[in-house]
Amino acid sequence: MSIRVGIDVGGTNTDAVLMDDLKVLSSRKTPTTADVSSGIVAALEAVLQESGVAPSAIRGVMIGTTHFTNAVVERKRLLEVGAIRLGLPATKALPPMVDWPEDLSATLGQHRYMVHGGHEFDGREISPLNEQELRAAAKDLRQKGIRAAAITSVFSPVNSEMELRAAEIVADEVGDITISLSHEIGRVGLLERENATIMNGCLTDLASRVVESFRGALRRLDVRAPFFISQNDGTLMTAEHVEKYPVLTFASGPTNSMRGAAFLANAKEAMVVDIGGTTSDVGMLLHGFPREASVAVDIGGVRTNFRMPDVLSFGLGGGSLVRDDGARIGPDSVGYELTTKGMVFGGDVLTTTDIVVAAGLVDIGDRSRVASVPPRTIGTALDTIHQMTDEAVDRMKTSVEALPVILVGGGAILISRDLPAASDIIKPDHSPVANAIGAAIAQVGGEVDRVFSLEGLSRDEALDEAKSEASGKAVAAGADPDSVQIVDIEEVPLAYLPSSATRIRVKAVGDLSIGDPK
Amino acid sequence: MKLSRADLKDLCRGAAFLGTGGGGNPYIGRLMVEQAMDLGHSVEIIDPSEVPDDALVIPTAMMGAPTVLIEKLPRGDEAIKSLQKLEQFIGRKAYATMPIEVGGINSTIPLVVGAHLGLPVVDGDGMGRAFPELQMETFAVYGVPGTPMAISNEYGDCTLIETHNNWMMEWLARGVAIRMGGAAYIAEYVMNGADVKRTAVPNTLSLALKIGKCIREARERHADPMQALIDLLPKTPYSFGKIIFTGKIVDIKRETRAGFAQGRARIQGTDSWQGLMEIEIQNENLIARVDGKVRAIVPDLICVLDNETAEPITTEELRYGQRVAVMAVAVPPIMRTPEALAVFGPKAFGFDHPFTPIEQLG
Repeated sequence: MSIRVGIDVGGTNTDAVLMDDLKVLSSRKTPTTADVSSGIVAALEAVLQESGVAPSAIRGVMIGTTHFTNAVVERKRLLEVGAIRLGLPATKALPPMVDWPEDLSATLGQHRYMVHGGHEFDGREISPLNEQELRAAAKDLRQKGIRAAAITSVFSPVNSEMELRAAEIVADEVGDITISLSHEIGRVGLLERENATIMNGCLTDLASRVVESFRGALRRLDVRAPFFISQNDGTLMTAEHVEKYPVLTFASGPTNSMRGAAFLANAKEAMVVDIGGTTSDVGMLLHGFPREASVAVDIGGVRTNFRMPDVLSFGLGGGSLVRDDGARIGPDSVGYELTTKGMVFGGDVLTTTDIVVAAGLVDIGDRSRVASVPPRTIGTALDTIHQMTDEAVDRMKTSVEALPVILVGGGAILISRDLPAASDIIKPDHSPVANAIGAAIAQVGGEVDRVFSLEGLSRDEALDEAKSEASGKAVAAGADPDSVQIVDIEEVPLAYLPSSATRIRVKAVGDLSIGDPK
Repeated sequence: MKLSRADLKDLCRGAAFLGTGGGGNPYIGRLMVEQAMDLGHSVEIIDPSEVPDDALVIPTAMMGAPTVLIEKLPRGDEAIKSLQKLEQFIGRKAYATMPIEVGGINSTIPLVVGAHLGLPVVDGDGMGRAFPELQMETFAVYGVPGTPMAISNEYGDCTLIETHNNWMMEWLARGVAIRMGGAAYIAEYVMNGADVKRTAVPNTLSLALKIGKCIREARERHADPMQALIDLLPKTPYSFGKIIFTGKIVDIKRETRAGFAQGRARIQGTDSWQGLMEIEIQNENLIARVDGKVRAIVPDLICVLDNETAEPITTEELRYGQRVAVMAVAVPPIMRTPEALAVFGPKAFGFDHPFTPIEQLG
């Protein structure tokens, strides 16, 4: 069958998992290294060795990484970017990077250009693209030695022609410059889409270096299979695409973790509860994908409109403090100091872990050290733990019906009873490497999000057009055409406008078609 | 009162609350005011009593789709052009500008105009909330004609509208707004200071500011923001507010009819709230029923808030599974007279149920 490798490169750990089709053969957690590459090599070597699989048998490598998000948050290794907007005379009131944190916009150099161009919602031009103005901007970029440009045109999700034409002109004038186009990145909402496009621009240099180090790591181990990187919505993109659009990896971490949990539990409609040391995260899986949040998301202080998984955090973890004879738990926690401060580990702080040990539910540390905890406190604390979890699950559910609950993370030992909100409780194997598994099983997707004018087009025709375009994009990204399905449709009519126009968003996904490595 | 940057954020949060689900997100407007402040301009808000009876006031606003506005940002001086067009037409200079609608984005447009032109902004408006159409104004109810009206786009293209009544004004202006790309900027309801005092819903900008501040401060001291709001309202012209339901959104239906986003949200009761609430939406939340029984009805405010943070949720942001509290707020007497209800009461939106103040609903 098809041997694949999933790798998750986090800030702390690099995890690898080797799978034969849908079966986990081996997994390994190793520390992330400064050069990224040697950490990947170490993890990959370990899983290959443990499974006895030859590198040549690997058909595909899927990598999830938080590298690019961290670079923006830490303001490190970022390029200066020429931010070019096509939209004059509209949009002049708010120039590019208007609501950015001062330090980040300074790091990126505040090279802002506004040019005549852009479209209306119904596809008319606001003004023709002013090529002279654009060439002047491009010349300025060349003189300043700027190596990245971000081009955003008004309503480019409706019509991308001007951005494409502008890219030709800038490339023609400057030559050696990477160009990010907003219609490839975001949805309707000019500032948010433009912000994401500029952030993408500042990451392009880092992207080619990171992708090169991924490539190098695979080469060192003689893995010749194609490799892919997971993006925000849990689908894959090719390494070549990541070099151009690294920003699309921003939210892949939590998405991979939830998708991995879904896979391990073999559930497509379920709640996922990831219980850590200090907090727990609850999310919901719909058709095997995390439900997305509807609000604007800040990344490194910049407003974007990426769809992030809708996750609720609450203050329950394996190190949470137990007070009031068990009636109050958290939100404070001993965190990573659990193994010194927890009572079963010789400390003097009563934590949730001590409670489950005292109750005889798990065997960690020295149980005799919690013999003095009163049975009533144990009983009350267990009640509180389950109540908190049940409430959080119920909050995130979208219907009254009970759903399976998948428990992952080190703190999953806290849950021993049924939850009223859960139809079933699943604690899968391999849950510590759920992220890497989520990457390994990722599919390929295509998305359309735009405003359709319904003059001369029926609503059904518009929906069909959006669906077939999304499916086409999925196939273009590498999906097996027979496996492509529409997984999400959202339609929001334009308020306060009697001309019938509606905003339609459609997402299609399919299985990656992996050929034989030749 | 000079508006500070911090005030501005509070005011926008309060304006979103008063939008009762509609009116558009004030974010873009807030950034425009901040840009003006960065250029050294300031925003001066004056009480209606400070406007001389014979002084000229020209209200300003944006009209069209908020979804267009967030993509096609304005040039920035469109509403100023409209105001100046009316000054030119009338042959007099404005003493002040003013909102026609305090709910949502339109609370901020007059602040931008006032900052750039150095005009004060009158603390009051003509809707006391958000409404979808231009004739739904207390100004209109109490006899101020909507026209002459000016409507401008980013090119400075400007249409001057004069009509025999305010319905015709709305009808023509909406058509122009679409031709202008779905979002355009207007000046209308020209009036003198005496008219302002007689016809405006008073002190609604400062109300928005107080509401936004109240929510923020309650969050900061980890108090219950809903209760803080309920305690605040009796000290304002909006004399009364109460939570009429708490629950989880279990169903959303949306469709476009006659150009307006219509729909309904169903909320399953949680905590001590039994039953199913249904809210009917036409851009804004208009009527809320629990198991068929009316609990609040337009023009009283029906505000859907995040159950934890009290952040106002617009109708476009409503999603399955959200935990919400629904707060009803009594509007001031000037909005509840038979004349006012004829223009923006339940009947104007096609409901048979007569207006009943929330104070009298269970």
